[in-house]
Amino acid sequence: MKVIVCIKQVPDTKGGVKFNPDGTLDRGAMLAIMNPDDKAGLEAALRLKDQYGAEVTVLTMGLPKAADVLREAIAMGADKGILVTDRVLGGADTWATSTTIAGAIRNLDYDLIITGRQAIDGDTAQVGPQIAEHLNIPVISYAQEIKVDGDKVTVKRQYDDRYHMVEAKMPCLITALSELNEPRYMTPGGIFDAVKADITTWGRADLKDVDDSNLGLAGSPTKIAKASDKVRKGAGEKVVPESPEDAVKYIVGKLSEKHVI
Amino acid sequence: MQNLEEYKGVFVFAQQVDNVVSGIAYELLGKAKDLAAPLNAQVTAVLIGSGVKDQCDKLAEYGADRVILVDDPELKDYRTEPYAHALASVINEYKPEIMLVGATAIGRDLGPTVSARVATGLTADCTVLEIGDFPLQPIPGKESEQKHNQLLMTRPAFGGNTIATIACPNNRPQMATVRPGVMQKIDPIKGAKAEIIEFNPGFTPNNKYVEIKEVVKAVSDIKDIMDAKILVSGGRGVGSPENFKILEDLAAAIGGQVSCSRAVVDSGWKPKELQVGQTGKTVRPNVYFAIGISGAIQHVAGMEESDIIIAINKDEDAPIFDVADFGVVGDLNKIVPQLTESIKAELAKK
Repeated sequence: MKVIVCIKQVPDTKGGVKFNPDGTLDRGAMLAIMNPDDKAGLEAALRLKDQYGAEVTVLTMGLPKAADVLREAIAMGADKGILVTDRVLGGADTWATSTTIAGAIRNLDYDLIITGRQAIDGDTAQVGPQIAEHLNIPVISYAQEIKVDGDKVTVKRQYDDRYHMVEAKMPCLITALSELNEPRYMTPGGIFDAVKADITTWGRADLKDVDDSNLGLAGSPTKIAKASDKVRKGAGEKVVPESPEDAVKYIVGKLSEKHVI
Repeated sequence: MQNLEEYKGVFVFAQQVDNVVSGIAYELLGKAKDLAAPLNAQVTAVLIGSGVKDQCDKLAEYGADRVILVDDPELKDYRTEPYAHALASVINEYKPEIMLVGATAIGRDLGPTVSARVATGLTADCTVLEIGDFPLQPIPGKESEQKHNQLLMTRPAFGGNTIATIACPNNRPQMATVRPGVMQKIDPIKGAKAEIIEFNPGFTPNNKYVEIKEVVKAVSDIKDIMDAKILVSGGRGVGSPENFKILEDLAAAIGGQVSCSRAVVDSGWKPKELQVGQTGKTVRPNVYFAIGISGAIQHVAGMEESDIIIAINKDEDAPIFDVADFGVVGDLNKIVPQLTESIKAELAKK
């Protein structure tokens, strides 16, 4: 079986966030990691490789330096890496991104596509389902468990107060939750493979059945009107009471002043 | 090319689970009414399910002028495909200007699928929705290109570090998802009636119809923390699952409920349903006690809209003090039990 895992290089949101003058993110200026939900998706694919000998291809769209996450994935055990990169693809929203990735995937054979549920930079959870829609295959989001049997896949699909056991015929797309598994570490042999691995690089011309008007910043239906660092509500009072009794007196005073008690 | 002028009205996806409309649908109707006013538009709820017609009146009471009902046996439990077909067909037939969807485990699957199908933009997890101009300021020399009456969608990104306002000027509908607990329901108008339109686009199973083998509901008698007026929330600083007893006593005394931070859930001390924050629930109670919670940005994102925030923490530099209205530096183990007794005594006087 053939599995494609879509991964994204994301800025580590624990660090600072930088913008370009046009309001889009300056990804070049931030520390980059493999998105956690995607890593869980990769681990799920690698388990299918361990079990059934699945061939695992990792695919990413981004700046040339996004090849780093493909090499990391190969070091964990993925077989092939594909980088989709082109200046005309920059500034894409989720619609233009999913259109691009679907255009790349149309060149490939696959039984299963796995994406992370959402990336920690945008937190939208949109690209996975939108890729499935463009490729006209079923999507099962929020996967907590994945089992393959013949040409069928069974997924434990999480909802707010329940889960569904859902069965789909492949090909289909699954979005992975980070709680799906504990991703493995890179192996020394894997790192060796990753260093010498050929990363396939595709540009605009390699995308299949995609219209120019649906790509990049210009092809994105959503436009940023304004972006800024979040201005938080300022701090109120802070007291360092002499004793717990004083602390209690202070809190009770505030609660009655505000008519809570 | 779409004729944007054809698209009218503010539509809300009225999510239902087990044939009961979810709270998020009423919250979205409340917001939809605000947005419809400057547009002189109608508010339409789109109710999709099997045997759900009896829910229409309640949607009217919460602000729907009109309900489009798609009722079909294929729509019993939520599945991406028949639901996406239902909602996309409603959009193609009735052409809304704005389409709001809850950012729930259902809406965050349905929204992107439908937006891709009808080829429009979707902005996820919005915290502010308003009608305004795009660009916000006219570009000198290109004043006539500024578009009015646009949906401006504001959302946090980068784990709450940044905030962006987004528009969808050239495609319709303008679609947004909104997290539960962010928008306010209106006080229900008893006896209000909506125009009900029954619409069925036809459902023919294809490769995208997956099969639900089993539905397993979480068995829980925990009250939803999003409905609580007072939350007594604990973090890692509480120290142990047993020590949450002092928070439960405080909650009981003041008529509140216990909630917690992600660290507490990750440690297995409390169930995920009680988690406040970006990967948990967004809450806005009247009073939020943050006890032994350091105040990571992801936690703050889920509680900063609370009316009054009271923090107790022994670390004077804890970031929670940056958002607290009243911050107390001290030992929670000594303060909380005494606070409980003192509140009991105060209430007994009344």
